[in-house]
Amino acid sequence: MRLRFSRKMLGIPYAVFLLFFVIIPMLVILFYAFTDKEMHLSFENFIRFFSDPTKLSTIVYSLVIGLITTVVCLVIAYPVAYILARSKMKKKFVILLLFVTPMWINFVLRVNAIRELLNWMGLLGEANYFNTIFGMVYDFLPFMILPLYTTLLKIDESLYEASADLGGNAFTAFTRITLPLSMPGIASGITMVFLPSMTNYVVSDMLGNSKVTIIGKFIYEYFGTNWHMGSMVALVLLIVVLLSTWLTGGLKEENNARGTTL
Amino acid sequence: MNKKAIAIKCAKAAFIGLVLLLLYAPILLLAVYSFMDTDVIGTSGGFSFTHYRALFTDDKVLAMIGNTFSLALAAAALSTVLGTLGALGIYYSRRRFKATMCAFNRIPIINAEIVTALALAITFVAFGLPKSYFTMLVGHMVICTPFVVLSVMPKLKQMDNSLYEAALDLGASPAKALFRVVLPQIVPGVISGFMLAVTLSLDDYIVTFYTRPSGFETISTYVFNATTRGNAHTASTLASFWALTTIIFVVILIVVISANLAGRKKQKTEVRR
Repeated sequence: MRLRFSRKMLGIPYAVFLLFFVIIPMLVILFYAFTDKEMHLSFENFIRFFSDPTKLSTIVYSLVIGLITTVVCLVIAYPVAYILARSKMKKKFVILLLFVTPMWINFVLRVNAIRELLNWMGLLGEANYFNTIFGMVYDFLPFMILPLYTTLLKIDESLYEASADLGGNAFTAFTRITLPLSMPGIASGITMVFLPSMTNYVVSDMLGNSKVTIIGKFIYEYFGTNWHMGSMVALVLLIVVLLSTWLTGGLKEENNARGTTL
Repeated sequence: MNKKAIAIKCAKAAFIGLVLLLLYAPILLLAVYSFMDTDVIGTSGGFSFTHYRALFTDDKVLAMIGNTFSLALAAAALSTVLGTLGALGIYYSRRRFKATMCAFNRIPIINAEIVTALALAITFVAFGLPKSYFTMLVGHMVICTPFVVLSVMPKLKQMDNSLYEAALDLGASPAKALFRVVLPQIVPGVISGFMLAVTLSLDDYIVTFYTRPSGFETISTYVFNATTRGNAHTASTLASFWALTTIIFVVILIVVISANLAGRKKQKTEVRR
């Protein structure tokens, strides 16, 4: 019997690919996290993870670094996106492009450029935490600007006119119109910045003189020594990722700045 | 009143300018020093093309650049084929399967890269696959393909479905109808998916590090290693990367700006019609 062609079948290769290289690896992590070296079921990694003070303090450090990076990015990106979105300039997209262009330079080369700048300023090795946050803000800023710009651009100009007609001043217009309507953009920006700034140890290693340890770095350290513990850390990160995506209402695909092609 | 408006305008421009200046400061610094004969930024040196010459004559560096770009092209090409077929399959399948596939497709996008990388590395070993070019290629496809699917999907949704039916009515085989009728309508999404896959692969450090065969160096793995475990003789190689950064930056600037100016012009003429 000849199998009848159906358009649905075109998805089979990708379904198999996802199964083998996305679903199974997640299950493997889950399996390793809850087994010991003899592959017996064990909660030892779980208990060790949550009773080790250095681990817990690193998690707090990572959260704080992620939080500061996110807040600084938001404080810089919001005015930039707002000014550009509401500007009547014809070529404003060229300026927006200028904010995004550095993103296309290789990530490590970009961090290396910041490293050279900090070295030149005499800060490298002196202010490890400052350098790490500086580098993260620099690298992740476009991820915040883009979703904010797209949501702010969609706000109908007539809403502002209505607000002015009804006697609202600039402040009420901002708190009653701009801010609520840009919430989806803020949420996307936060997910795009917060997660990598907690886990991307390339920045903290290259700029923090290897003195700043964030959660992602644990996985690297355990990769050489203890896969079971490494998997436990990865599993915790996975749960953090799922929780924060759920809290921010899910990453809107249209606002995904990494997916931006110009 | 007028004066106030002008002052606000100036303040806005100054703010944008300041942020842009900060954003470009590191790259401009590298660009300036890439034309000097010194390996340490901050020390004075004369104008020279030393770093550019080193970049184009050092076999080790040339091999790294070749590795990086050939890997990106291979991963992007495979991801584009897999992702386009995947998007078509998802689009034409029933609702429940569609929702499941879309959810799975999002896992590598929202997941921290380090988790994806570790999970893949452990899985390869658990199933007896030694690290090789193949495992690295798969790693890159895992991070690229979901974005291809995401950029093809909207084009499928905009597509006119009756054209496919019409092609079948006129006697085309399903395969021919797909190639000649459906594919041309989604080509913009396929192309932008490919471009995105190339940039994601070029940018990657973490997945490459966890899945690469031993001895395989890309620009990312080399520069990361050289800066974090640097020693004296890597300084001149690192300095030649200033030249590479400058070249990449200039090329990107030209491509991005000209592509967009051209794109906007085309859009405008289409609207006028």
